[in-house]
Amino acid sequence: MRYIEPHGHMVSRTTDDYLDMVTAGCAAVCEPAFWAGFDRGSASGFRDYFGQLTEHEPRRAARYGLPHFCWLCINPKESEDTRLAEDVIALIPEFLGRPTVLGIGEIGLNKNSRNELRVLEMHVDLAARHDQLILVHTPHLEDKLKGTRLILDVLRADSRIRPERVLIDHVEEHTVRMVLDHGHWGGMTLYPISKCTPARAVDILDVYGSDRLWMNSACDWGESVPLAVPRTALEMRRRGWSAAAVDRVVYQNPVRFLSQCPKFRLPEEG
Amino acid sequence: MTRQQVLDLYFMDARCKLIEVAAFLDRVDRATGEADFRTVAFRDALRHLASEGTGRTAAVLRTLSDPTEQPVERAPGKGAVGAWPG
Ligand SMILES: [Zn+2]
Repeated sequence: MRYIEPHGHMVSRTTDDYLDMVTAGCAAVCEPAFWAGFDRGSASGFRDYFGQLTEHEPRRAARYGLPHFCWLCINPKESEDTRLAEDVIALIPEFLGRPTVLGIGEIGLNKNSRNELRVLEMHVDLAARHDQLILVHTPHLEDKLKGTRLILDVLRADSRIRPERVLIDHVEEHTVRMVLDHGHWGGMTLYPISKCTPARAVDILDVYGSDRLWMNSACDWGESVPLAVPRTALEMRRRGWSAAAVDRVVYQNPVRFLSQCPKFRLPEEG
Repeated sequence: MTRQQVLDLYFMDARCKLIEVAAFLDRVDRATGEADFRTVAFRDALRHLASEGTGRTAAVLRTLSDPTEQPVERAPGKGAVGAWPG
């Protein structure tokens, strides 16, 4: 089996995880910029982080033959400080030309505040000005429904944004329909407790179709499972999906969305 | 999938989770002190399990969601607790 991990915070994971992922068939990993678990005090902290994402981490993954790509932004969890956000957004363009940067992400909302919304709009503007793909994080738990609606409003309000170049992540049963209806792609995050289980992810594929959906582990420094995507592929097989149909979801779908960025190239494709 | 296949694959798992929910509610009732909005939301969401049709999952999720539409003035911290305090 081959699959792509389209959302993994590998800076927080051990090399053992890289080994397990490659052994399980991982053909590429994409790492969105994330909250470190503590607030960084200055834009220079982000400059170092972007260096880690664009230089150090691809080297670490390459030791296991795994192509590593990334997305850049200041995460919504650090967006309440709009001055810091402005400084960080100002330094992103110098990294956008790097060979493994796919776009702007994971931007979005966390607690649905006015400042978070403002920083989201600034990121969307940045992506539009530089013709970048967008990866959106939707809020957790009780904040997801409202946050998803607010995010869709922001994206729709900017006429430069083409919906098919935006993936809205962490969709669940109460948000997936509106995301797809707006023309975006949806991501299902497979978390042990707080998001989708493998069984529910396959339910969503059964009900809403697999045309514009992908699955990810979003593994990070918290409770998460780096092999969640191949385990869900196994769940699909148990439920009667053919190997070819599984491949379309776990490999071809991410390739289709990510290939909208010309920098996303896998070795076997030359 | 046939209903038989779904039952074969998921009945034991769903049974286990159902009993866990019952045990959780018993545990809450045995405990002392005041509960909060989370128990109210949980019991409210439970109603959907007995309903007909295939919209139960989304209905439960919506019941546990913030139903308001305007952004809040300031983020009250970073975390979420799984139910809307109101
Ligand atoms: Zn993430």
